[in-house]
Amino acid sequence: MTPVLQTQDLGKRYGKRWALRDCALDIPAGHVVGLVGPNGAGKTTLLKLATGQLEPTAGTISVLGGSPAATPAQLAKVGFVAQDTPVYAGLTVADHLKLGARLNPRWDAAMARERLTRLGLAPNHRAGRLSGGERAQLALTLGLAKRPDLLILDEPVASLDPLARREFLQALMEATVAHEFSVVLSSHLVSDLERVCDYLIVLTDSRVRVAGEVDRLLATHHRLTGPRRDPARLPADQHVISASHTDRQSTYVIRTDAPIHDPAWLVTQLNLEDLVLAYMDRRPNGDRRLDLEVQR
Amino acid sequence: MIWLTWRQFRGSALMTAAALLTLTAVLALTGPGLAAQYATGIAGCTSGDACTRFFDQFFGENQLAFVAVSFAVLALPALTGLFWGAPLISRELEAGTHLLVWNQSITRGRWLAVKLALTGLTAVAAACVCGLAATWWSQPLDRSAVPELAQMAPLVFGARGTVSMGYAAFAFVLGVTVGMLVRRTLPAMALTLAVFAAVQLAMPLLVRPHLMPPVTATFELGHANVGGFTIQDHGGGDVQIATKAAVPGDAGAWVLTSELTDPSGRVIAGMGEEAPVPVSGTSGPCAPQGGPPNLDACWVEINQLGYRQQATYHPLERFWPFQWIETGIYALLTAALTGFCFWWIRRRLS
Repeated sequence: MTPVLQTQDLGKRYGKRWALRDCALDIPAGHVVGLVGPNGAGKTTLLKLATGQLEPTAGTISVLGGSPAATPAQLAKVGFVAQDTPVYAGLTVADHLKLGARLNPRWDAAMARERLTRLGLAPNHRAGRLSGGERAQLALTLGLAKRPDLLILDEPVASLDPLARREFLQALMEATVAHEFSVVLSSHLVSDLERVCDYLIVLTDSRVRVAGEVDRLLATHHRLTGPRRDPARLPADQHVISASHTDRQSTYVIRTDAPIHDPAWLVTQLNLEDLVLAYMDRRPNGDRRLDLEVQR
Repeated sequence: MIWLTWRQFRGSALMTAAALLTLTAVLALTGPGLAAQYATGIAGCTSGDACTRFFDQFFGENQLAFVAVSFAVLALPALTGLFWGAPLISRELEAGTHLLVWNQSITRGRWLAVKLALTGLTAVAAACVCGLAATWWSQPLDRSAVPELAQMAPLVFGARGTVSMGYAAFAFVLGVTVGMLVRRTLPAMALTLAVFAAVQLAMPLLVRPHLMPPVTATFELGHANVGGFTIQDHGGGDVQIATKAAVPGDAGAWVLTSELTDPSGRVIAGMGEEAPVPVSGTSGPCAPQGGPPNLDACWVEINQLGYRQQATYHPLERFWPFQWIETGIYALLTAALTGFCFWWIRRRLS
């Protein structure tokens, strides 16, 4: 099966600053992929490269086997809900559906109408007067009714209140179950992704830190707590993700495929948020500032 | 895509259509009356002087309407650039809606093509209607206009014929380009206006005079080309004359330079500047006499002394060639900017 997103040495530079570099990904179809990282890490850049809004400075990217936004057929296969879910303020809800119907060959008019009725959005309502949650739902409806093979959402819930956030993600999940398409969505909040994702990409400082299926990531990452110990004395198959030390105690987050036999360690399982934080924490210059906003 | 473009554009399009309809209706209703008044006046005047008097009176009566109509034709292209061109892309970029529409199953090149074609052609059509209606309406006035407001005069030339279509197309695409580069609507509008105004000034001042080599000729002086005739010291001193921006025998010509030369051929005064000529202001043909002034004998005397007008000018029959050339220049500029827009939207815009 064609991977939904495949990149090699992908990089995008603005002036002298790399917004994304050395990005290598190979994401199989059928996943709900969470892209997480602090603000400014390069999430939007990666998604814009995937939708063809940006041209890469270096490397290659292919989406569903094709070059992003190269042809109308490619555009028809990929849906995109941009950050802040823009809609035409001057057009009505019905106008937006008409827009979708006229510009997309695979448009599912019945589904779009049914969704909006269920959400209680009146067709003659101007989009500019909708609340943030309603606007996001309208944008999502446009993305869904296009019937894409891959739907990309850039921080879709960032501006929504907790209730609207939950409703939005729930609607998205229901649609993925009903129509079997892949999803890539970004967020700077792990808690948003925890409920919905089965594949995770952590992006900090313009680089991909880790990418993989959530189950597998959780199975191979552990927290070790025990007497203070130098990282060089850990077994070779245990890759240190993050480490912290007190005078007498060391705490490591490690990645390993092998079981951990050392009885000196207290081994605890990580949840997704711990795992993401461990990768965020791993700064090459030793800067341990926590820049991931955590919200439960 | 056509539907979406029309849906976004229809408000301002209908408003413009209403304004244009009103303007053409007013012109259509008043035009025949104006033409009839002119025909009657021409039939009624017998001598050259009487005709000149009729022209002056007829033009004077309608000058306000004449200027207003010309101004409307000149303003229309600037307005299309400002209100249709500049916001076309920048408004989408500002609101982020380009991300919505560029992710429908339509390439951004096609999106731009439809938007440019539909809105741009409407702008050109509006300018065409406006320009041709004004040209038709002002025919009798153009025939009787003072030299400064003749058909070839810089301001009037731009308000007649086909050039307004060129201006409108250029202003529109200029607005689109600036909007794309600036990405914000209001600064884009301001910048569009500034650039368009600069181009509109540079065209008649720097480019248009050289579209064809101007005619250089020397003319005898007469009432057609002398604008100032003064006798110093209450009729006792020197006679001073100044040439004006007109040449005899070619009414409506666009005079670029008009100089007064002395018998040796030396230039003694530029256009509008007074210079003394050695004829008597107290006796002889140039002296003031009772009754209506008749200077014909005076001109004969001055010309016999060898004073001449030396002028470079474009004759009136170049009006249409100039119209076509200038329309073509603006069409080329429009095409170049359009090409740039497509390149920019594919390569540089995100």
